Amino acid sequence: MTEMTLVQAVNRGLAEAMRQDPDVLILGEDVGVNGGVFRATEGLFKEFGADRVIDTPLSETGIVGAAIGMALYGLKPIAEIQFLDFIYPAFDQIVSELAKFRYRSGGQYPCHVVIRAPYGGGVKGGLYHSQSTEAYFAHTAGLKVAIPSTPADAKGLLLTAVHDADPVMFLEPKRIYRSVTGEVPEGDYRVPFGEVRVVREGTDVSLFAYGAMIPSSVEAADTLAKEGISAEVIDLRTLVPLDERAVVASVEKTGRAVIVHEAARFCGFGAEMAAILAERAFYSLKAPVARVTGFDTPFPYALENVYLPGTDRIVHAARATVRST
Amino acid sequence: MVYVTSVPRVSAVGIEETSELSPSARLEAYRWMVTARVADERCLSLQRQGRIGFYAPLAGQEAAQVGATLALRPEDWVFPAYRELAVALVRGVPLSEIFDQLVGNSRDQIKGRQMPNHFGFRAQNFVVASSPIGTQITHAVGSAMAAQRRHDPIVTIAFFGDGATSSNDFHAGLNFAGVFRTPTIFFCQNNQWAISLPRERQTHSATLAEKAKAYGFPGFVVDGNDLAAVYRTVGEARRRALTGEGPTLIEAQVYRLGPHSTSDDPHRYRSDAEVAEARLRDPLHRLKTELLATGQLDETGDQKLWESIRAGVARAIEESEQVPPLDPHTVFDDVFAVPISRLEEERADYDSLVRNGGSKP
Repeated sequence: MTEMTLVQAVNRGLAEAMRQDPDVLILGEDVGVNGGVFRATEGLFKEFGADRVIDTPLSETGIVGAAIGMALYGLKPIAEIQFLDFIYPAFDQIVSELAKFRYRSGGQYPCHVVIRAPYGGGVKGGLYHSQSTEAYFAHTAGLKVAIPSTPADAKGLLLTAVHDADPVMFLEPKRIYRSVTGEVPEGDYRVPFGEVRVVREGTDVSLFAYGAMIPSSVEAADTLAKEGISAEVIDLRTLVPLDERAVVASVEKTGRAVIVHEAARFCGFGAEMAAILAERAFYSLKAPVARVTGFDTPFPYALENVYLPGTDRIVHAARATVRST
Repeated sequence: MVYVTSVPRVSAVGIEETSELSPSARLEAYRWMVTARVADERCLSLQRQGRIGFYAPLAGQEAAQVGATLALRPEDWVFPAYRELAVALVRGVPLSEIFDQLVGNSRDQIKGRQMPNHFGFRAQNFVVASSPIGTQITHAVGSAMAAQRRHDPIVTIAFFGDGATSSNDFHAGLNFAGVFRTPTIFFCQNNQWAISLPRERQTHSATLAEKAKAYGFPGFVVDGNDLAAVYRTVGEARRRALTGEGPTLIEAQVYRLGPHSTSDDPHRYRSDAEVAEARLRDPLHRLKTELLATGQLDETGDQKLWESIRAGVARAIEESEQVPPLDPHTVFDDVFAVPISRLEEERADYDSLVRNGGSKP
């Protein structure tokens, strides 16, 4: 075990995957010589060379399209998109091609590409270095969506992604790239997809979150505890596949649910969560489901702290949920 | 005839070094071209009769498709658009398998997942097509990069039309190919019309081939109605790719004799006179004339050839129509390698709905 930051754990996960399998390679902008703008690929160019850590021209559709071609041929490419905000030139490749290759070929052409992209706000990145648009990808059949919130999960989920047989959107919460540290096991280990992490057990209300909203939710749970409210904090880890059983089981226990995400509320992932709870946990609910989310505005620069759900908003929503009954 | 666009480096390329199509190969090519033409005519009529849902004809592009594909080897990878029926035939895909896809029956290799023409055949390295324009171009480049990495002596070839040269992936793909010097052939069938948009409104460039210059590799214009010229040009591009000289863009100038698809009425945007003029350059007539001149074919033989191909196509269609339909439960297959629990639940819900008479299987 070694103590490290989340972005270092991503780096160790990439190195581990590349050492295991010569078919694993990385492509993206500034990933090679420069080691990535967030340093996620630091040292990999030196260790694995220019053939396996490929600096590409500035074209997201080119990066993802080329990665798809490599995967069809049998390699295991990991494409880095510098910021999730810049992924849209590749949206057609991801949604129309990558997600559908296995299905549209009747299973003849699996297409296993891992797309890594830092996402989310809190780094003074303004409109175009801050967004959380995971719902677009969770909505698209054929894609898996993983979002780590700890260094150990970052490495373990990434290794699972690389060994999966299907395309994975691996979204990294850049706000906590360096602010969160933790023990990370050496070598190969896999954190399975579709299994939540119970961050903290509780009995009065379930806080469901992922990525950078986990530390805020834990802090909120601390505050609530002082008021005598026992909050359970659940890290979803993967939005697709979603551990629906664990989500429902938690609400069957607590009777209350607060869903927390940075993304805008309307049609955000919280809407799917609320629908699942309405369908499957309706008779366990003691209070309406609450959502604490970004606003339905573009992501603001100077006022990002107004936009982003903070501990206070989570506490407020959880408290209201508990006190309403 | 083949000529090279005004790319300085191109003069060094020795087109004459590559081999010519043998007389027997020309006759074989003619057979493929007639098969494609007959399949085309039958499919347009099948669609009108409601027996297939859609069709995108390739009439006028047979020499380009057959000539290009004959210049490839089985281990090369083909990235088609959705008009490449003749390419599939020459790759060795049986007619019956093509019709299985057009009909969408239980033998269809892509399990009825896509509209007619969007087929894929892994055994023939014929990657499954999609509808978005140009997206396969970057895939061809990525596969070529993978082949480079594995030191496999193969080429990848992307088939696309004049419209695709305006797409994002055309630019991204050719740019990547130039930077990474990939063994890729970009084979553009310029059929002069992207649905209703004429070639001169697609780009202000004098040719499509000259766009290669901006990416640092050569582009050729070839008369796409000239089978031998197409074969020679693709063969040269293949040689370049395998000897490390990098990618090549080829613009095969053809004419789309039919509609864009069965959903299109070309009378809205082009004149009968223009089509009639193009018909004078029909690649089938041209090759037939050559074969008659060399004595490889006579009128009686030609007639028999058409009759036997018509009978074979009719048999293949009948056979495909006899194949049982798809099992509705397959709709849930192949989303992922192993179904996620949500899909298993949806399948179970559907099952119980069918069992209780809530939905017809």
